[in-house]
Amino acid sequence: MNSPLFERVRGIAADVLQVSGNEITAQSSTENVETWDSLHHLNLVLAFEQEFGVQFEPEEIDQMNSVQRIVAVLAHKLNHHS
Amino acid sequence: MNTSDLRQEIDRLLASSDTGAASRLLAELWAKESSSSAASFLISRYQQLRSKLNLLPYRLAILRSFTVEPMVPLLRAAAFAAGIDLTLYVSEFNAHVQEMLDPASPLYRFAPDAAILAVQTRDVVPGLWRGFSTSAEQSQAVGRVTAEFRHWAGVFRSHSQAHLVVHNLEQPVLPGGGVLDDQRVDNQTHAIQQINRELRQMAAEHTGVYVLDYDALVARYGRANWHDEGKWLTVRLPVAAHNLHHLVNEWLRFLHPLTGKVAKALVVDLDNTLWGGVIGEDGMAGIRLGTEYPGAAFQEVQRAMLSLYQRGILLAICSKNNREDAMEALQNHPGMLVKQTHFAAMRINWGEKAQNLLDIAAELNIGVDSLVFLDDNPFERQQVRAQVPEVFVIELPHDPMGFARALRECPRFERLALSTEDQQRGHYYQIQREREQLEQTVSSREDFYRSLGQEIEIAPVDKSSLPRVAQLTNKTNQFNLTTHRYTEQQLSELASSPNWHCFSLSVRDRFGDNGLVGVAITHEEDTICEIDTLLLSCRVIGRTVETAFLSFLADHARRHGSFKLRGWFLPTRKNAPAGEFYPNHGFQVVEKSGEGTLWALDLEEDRVACPEWIRLDIVEGDRE
Repeated sequence: MNSPLFERVRGIAADVLQVSGNEITAQSSTENVETWDSLHHLNLVLAFEQEFGVQFEPEEIDQMNSVQRIVAVLAHKLNHHS
Repeated sequence: MNTSDLRQEIDRLLASSDTGAASRLLAELWAKESSSSAASFLISRYQQLRSKLNLLPYRLAILRSFTVEPMVPLLRAAAFAAGIDLTLYVSEFNAHVQEMLDPASPLYRFAPDAAILAVQTRDVVPGLWRGFSTSAEQSQAVGRVTAEFRHWAGVFRSHSQAHLVVHNLEQPVLPGGGVLDDQRVDNQTHAIQQINRELRQMAAEHTGVYVLDYDALVARYGRANWHDEGKWLTVRLPVAAHNLHHLVNEWLRFLHPLTGKVAKALVVDLDNTLWGGVIGEDGMAGIRLGTEYPGAAFQEVQRAMLSLYQRGILLAICSKNNREDAMEALQNHPGMLVKQTHFAAMRINWGEKAQNLLDIAAELNIGVDSLVFLDDNPFERQQVRAQVPEVFVIELPHDPMGFARALRECPRFERLALSTEDQQRGHYYQIQREREQLEQTVSSREDFYRSLGQEIEIAPVDKSSLPRVAQLTNKTNQFNLTTHRYTEQQLSELASSPNWHCFSLSVRDRFGDNGLVGVAITHEEDTICEIDTLLLSCRVIGRTVETAFLSFLADHARRHGSFKLRGWFLPTRKNAPAGEFYPNHGFQVVEKSGEGTLWALDLEEDRVACPEWIRLDIVEGDRE
């Protein structure tokens, strides 16, 4: 699971949610990370858009409520772009 | 170092309590990556550092009609990196109007130093954003919107002394009428331009109200790529993720002059910065400087320097070179747009740049933190950053074609008002050098003072001198007895309060006009006149002007029935030159506190004589 994409996602999630990198796992989600509220969710989405040069659809943003799902949405998006 | 290594290095430095190095790397990280994730990283690290750094606290309110929450961390991070500790208040969603109008609102309880009114065309005047309206409907909309803005600004001004920065209105990506709109003389585009013109007019009528050209900002980064419709429709965030930092940087361009975090001088390198190539090796014929590529890039740099000079920024040279080679190019190269007379100081030698920068600051009589350094060589930039961290070093791209833009974008050169003094500053430094030459040739101080032929004009502060007076109270650090900082708004209220007097002082001598260089504010209560503020620009210190000013204040207080003239000296890190001013003029200690010393002069017994070599011209004001 520790793909390069996951590592980039982990770094950004740690920055934005203001937790240390090793606290972020694939299972980290809005359910189990205390700082991951709706405002931080928006900040996370914007940080990924900046880092990967993409723009998410509202439906995708709703899905991205765990690290695992974020990686999946991003992988899909990046493959379709390239 | 890449940005993820930088993050690790910063955390290592924080763990070993190396505050200085950590804060330098945080600023470097921000310069390399102004992203939302870097912003969160910076904020959490600065939280640990803020008590150990000498940051400037500032309170900013954002009154908005759209979502600005994601910009808040970006703005705080950018401000931290610039040495400003921002406390932010964001108005409730779409409550910006009520909050401005209600004197008891959270906005006024927050007591901001400045407020930004961030509204958009589609919220304020939706008809002009998406509709296609008739000329009559348009002029009605223009009238309504401009009246609203005027009302808001007027009420805000009556409830608060804070600065107000107003976003102007952006043009829609496409006008509602398509190309048909362009066939009308007074089209939709024109209506929005009219509103924006009225906003500038409104700002000119109030002190401390400024316009942020949001329309130009959107256009600069591309109207078609500025917005994100999905975010607008779902979370009311109109600006796309990759443009958020552009808006934040625009806000920062206002914060620098508002907080006084501005540069007074630009120090430039020569080889490969002011011209292409190395003068010592390539010679006059070999260096690249002219109207064609590649020399045109360097003329662009020089043009940018000249616009800074017009803005009152001093120019100086710091270059490793043989002085004769460099002077030959400066004086005789046909491509040079900046002339030798534009430079207030030059250090052309083989010494360390860090030491030369300290010498330049001393010669210009300004703080090292007032210098900005421009050098194409990354090694020199890194050296200066490490050795004199107070100096702001501009990061340059590899390609010289990008140098001029980097210079023009530097927010430390921003000014919100320009006085005649600003425009003349470079010239003042030039005549100052002539004055110093005279000083070398005369035999005594008195002869020097006599030969200067100084004439001083003292006048009550009025609307025309207000901006310059406010500017002096905010940036004079050395000869400043109390260092009270005032905004234009506060000064204009003081000047019209009973028993308060605000004076400006201008000096001219045989070499020319020094302009408005002194301010005094006094306050009479019963039979005591207290000097609230007394300051002189460093341009005229040591020429007995201060004695003449004090003699006027003593006479003025006596004429208004005071028996005592008193004033505090409040020491700061920089105002030692004013430390002995009161005792040197016969004042006695009244009181000592933790903050400073209160001095007084008995006006019935003692006089302060105006030096015989100074001609004093007192302009009586309306209220005298």
